[in-house]
Amino acid sequence: MSYYEAAQITDEELAAQMDRERAELERTWAPPKGLRGWFTDTDHKKIAIRYIVTAFIFFVFGGIEAALMRIQLARPDSHFLNPDLYNQIFTTHGTTMMFLFAVPIMTALGIYLVPLMIGARDVAFPRLNLYGYFVYLIGGILLYAGFLLNTGPDTGWFSYVPLAGPAFSPGKRVDIWAQMITFTEISALAGAIIIIGTIFKMRAPGMTLNRLPLFVWAQLVTSFMIIFAMPAVMLASSLLASDRLIDTHFFNPAEGGDAILYQHLFWFFGHPEVYIIFIPALGFISSIVAAFARTKIFGYTAMVLSLIATGFIGFGLWVHHMFATPIPQMGQSFFTAASMIISIPTGVQIFCWIATLWVGKLNIKTPLLFVLGFFAIFILGGLTGVMLASVPLDLQIHDTFFVVAHLHYVLIGGSVFPLFGAFYYWIPKWTGRMLSERLGRWNFALMFIGFNLVFFPMHQLGLNGMPRRVYTYLPESGWGTLNLIASIGAFILAIGVLVFVINFLWARRAGALAGDNPWAADTLEWSTSSPPQSYNFHNIPVVQGRYALWEAQPDAPVIRGLSTTKRETLVTSVLDAEPELRFDIPGPSIYPFLVALATAETFIVGIFTPWAFLVGAILTGAALTAWFFGDPNYDNRPARETPERSTPVSPPAELQPKEI
Amino acid sequence: MTGGIQSALNPAGPNAGSLARLWWLMFYVNTAVYVLVMIALVIAIRKGRRQSDLNPVLTLSAQTETRRRNTVLSAVIVTTLVLFVFLIYSFSTGRSLTADIGQKNGLSIEVTGRQWWWEVRYNDVDASNIFTTANEIHIPVGVPVLFTLQGGDVIHSFWVPNLAGKKDLIPGKISTQWLQADKPGVYRGQCAEYCGLQHARMAFWIVADTPEQFIAWRQNQTQSSVPPSTDSQRRGQQVFLSSTCVMCHTINGTTAGSNFGPNLTHVGSRNTIAAATLSNTREHLARWIVDSQQFKPGNKMPQNNLGQDDLNALVDYLQSLK
Repeated sequence: MSYYEAAQITDEELAAQMDRERAELERTWAPPKGLRGWFTDTDHKKIAIRYIVTAFIFFVFGGIEAALMRIQLARPDSHFLNPDLYNQIFTTHGTTMMFLFAVPIMTALGIYLVPLMIGARDVAFPRLNLYGYFVYLIGGILLYAGFLLNTGPDTGWFSYVPLAGPAFSPGKRVDIWAQMITFTEISALAGAIIIIGTIFKMRAPGMTLNRLPLFVWAQLVTSFMIIFAMPAVMLASSLLASDRLIDTHFFNPAEGGDAILYQHLFWFFGHPEVYIIFIPALGFISSIVAAFARTKIFGYTAMVLSLIATGFIGFGLWVHHMFATPIPQMGQSFFTAASMIISIPTGVQIFCWIATLWVGKLNIKTPLLFVLGFFAIFILGGLTGVMLASVPLDLQIHDTFFVVAHLHYVLIGGSVFPLFGAFYYWIPKWTGRMLSERLGRWNFALMFIGFNLVFFPMHQLGLNGMPRRVYTYLPESGWGTLNLIASIGAFILAIGVLVFVINFLWARRAGALAGDNPWAADTLEWSTSSPPQSYNFHNIPVVQGRYALWEAQPDAPVIRGLSTTKRETLVTSVLDAEPELRFDIPGPSIYPFLVALATAETFIVGIFTPWAFLVGAILTGAALTAWFFGDPNYDNRPARETPERSTPVSPPAELQPKEI
Repeated sequence: MTGGIQSALNPAGPNAGSLARLWWLMFYVNTAVYVLVMIALVIAIRKGRRQSDLNPVLTLSAQTETRRRNTVLSAVIVTTLVLFVFLIYSFSTGRSLTADIGQKNGLSIEVTGRQWWWEVRYNDVDASNIFTTANEIHIPVGVPVLFTLQGGDVIHSFWVPNLAGKKDLIPGKISTQWLQADKPGVYRGQCAEYCGLQHARMAFWIVADTPEQFIAWRQNQTQSSVPPSTDSQRRGQQVFLSSTCVMCHTINGTTAGSNFGPNLTHVGSRNTIAAATLSNTREHLARWIVDSQQFKPGNKMPQNNLGQDDLNALVDYLQSLK
């Protein structure tokens, strides 16, 4: 006998009750309208989509810069770009792709999907989330404003000192780079804290850590890596900025500073950064493989342990970016060992996916195609990575086009291909419409062929002695033909990305309606409507297995009793997701935007004068005070009382919760 | 395949040779691994394509599960073993590159990286045999040569792919690198660490001479500059000493003694100018002096307004500095 049968409610009454609740939830969680909504709305899905769209625009900018570089390098002694412009372009390309595209878009997918996958109404800190987005946006605008005003950074995405120091890079170019780093790091840290808080405390009952979807595990590990890695680069960029602004000489060898210290700080962040970009993609792949191989992922425990191991070992191999510096060989060898060991957990995951595909019944659609492309490309990049891990061999191929090939094989193969797979997989959830399968196949084929044409020849170029970051080369170098092939490939790759954009724009207008679960997939986001309502779930589900929808029993229980008239969510225990308390989540607010403006003042004006930090501290303090002590009614007001307000249904005595 | 002017796969010395051996070992093993994994993937796809049912497979026979577990486990074990072989082979190669530098007891050359050229100093116990040159490094064939490397301004990286791996030149640090050429010839090197505007045009040549040639070359380099012998050369010297040239360059035996730019005492004997960017011809030299910015935009040499006759004389003089 069900709860409602016991309470003696007819089906009609029950349906009416549900409709009333939905209407109330709709009102309670309604976003502020119009322009105000742009600055105050805290819905994690809206923020995530803004993140994704912004990051994708930066991806296109970075791609255009790459295309310009490929035009320049297509022929020896080309005069298409002058060296100054070329150096600004390659620096902006690297900085954009790493800081403004890859990390934010991976976090953004987490911000969108994690609450939906774990059955939560929103993320843990919705206002911090909004603040993180604005800080990120301002950082990105700063970089491109500088670039368009011929003040784009020109010292590489790593900005090694002393080249980036005040003596060799006068002007404000490096300062813009350093402060842009600070902005994006703040935003990444905010995102990481939000995701960890959400995963640990807001899972639906029944979703013990042992049943957490692999996607969510990947986001969790990534977020912890962000928390440990980002402070190192903030330290590097802040010390660099203070060397430049107030003559601190941290990195000036002439005054007792140390140029290698900068490299240690930068790569202590820089290598984990690669895994911060790559691990979320492993989560996409697990989701896609399960859904399209129509079976459970083989070796859940091994997969989770591999993710965690990658997260740890990822911090132990930064020196492999510095093998050419005078660090003693024995010391370097530990980093060789660590760099090789990290391929074991990645290998475990790849073997487990192949074992999954082996028994599965494949439904070969575009998302799976991109995952298969991932295998073909990423594994090659991983194997060249093992080569680069060897100290002596690295001395030959370090800082050559071989490394350019390697890093694009692992980052485009390891992250961008899964990301496009994820787009095809989840865009039906975001937009409610399916992307075209036919365009999707074209998209995949063009990107796959284009990618390999661009980057495969670069292995040979590197072995033939072509260094990285050169704006031109001599005709007698013999590098012309391979460079021309690479440049042609770049345009095929670009057309592939263009097909995706066309597909997306077409699907938004005319794509087939997706329905709740177009792929018959297993995770909770597919149990809600497409696109999801602002409150995500009418009733919080109770999870009965790792593959929540596949393993759901008929008549699965749901959580009742959360308020429909205020923004309330369920807080559960860290390990077993047992309900602990009901919690009011903050709603829309203007203060995150104001604090972001104060942050912007601090760091942007701080490029020119140290006084900006004093003013910024006061402004930030004022804005934060307002944030904490501001009018709670504006922010968290209950939904307007309505005559048809629902009354809670009282269950019969035998079904009342009992004191234990 | 492995050609080109500077190729890591075309070793001409023991250092680059052992690196090339390491490369080919890893190349063949990794290719085999890649092919095997791709075959497994293709088989997995072909097996799975035959079915088309959207109901997920949630339970498999215990036999299938055991087989999958054993397969994955053995793949992981094989991976680990391969990595251990790589690690040990790589470590021993690394040791052979760095061991016993002190006992090799050959020539010692000091290289300082500058934006965007290479200052080269040949050390000797006898101070009168010490000399400085730029961008063209002669070494005797068959002898290990120890390079002491440092950054003069920003970080550069010293790399001659045919002879050895690269080593960074870092301000405030000393790094060392030995290399040896087994056969006479010229080997191109290039800066491998991004060092600013003209990173792309910061190359150099290693010239491996027979021992006799090397001794002769070295003997010549320790000498002061050749005095001008024709009217034109004398006028050229006057132009040099009375213009901005002396602000940056040294010509031993004259009053020009600044160390900001390359030492020109024997510039006429070099094969290239502008850090191996241009061949050392009359025409290139003249155009470089007048407007070096057209070849290397942003380099630190100013433009020079010289009359045609003065320029001719200056080029005559510089070319005579053999």
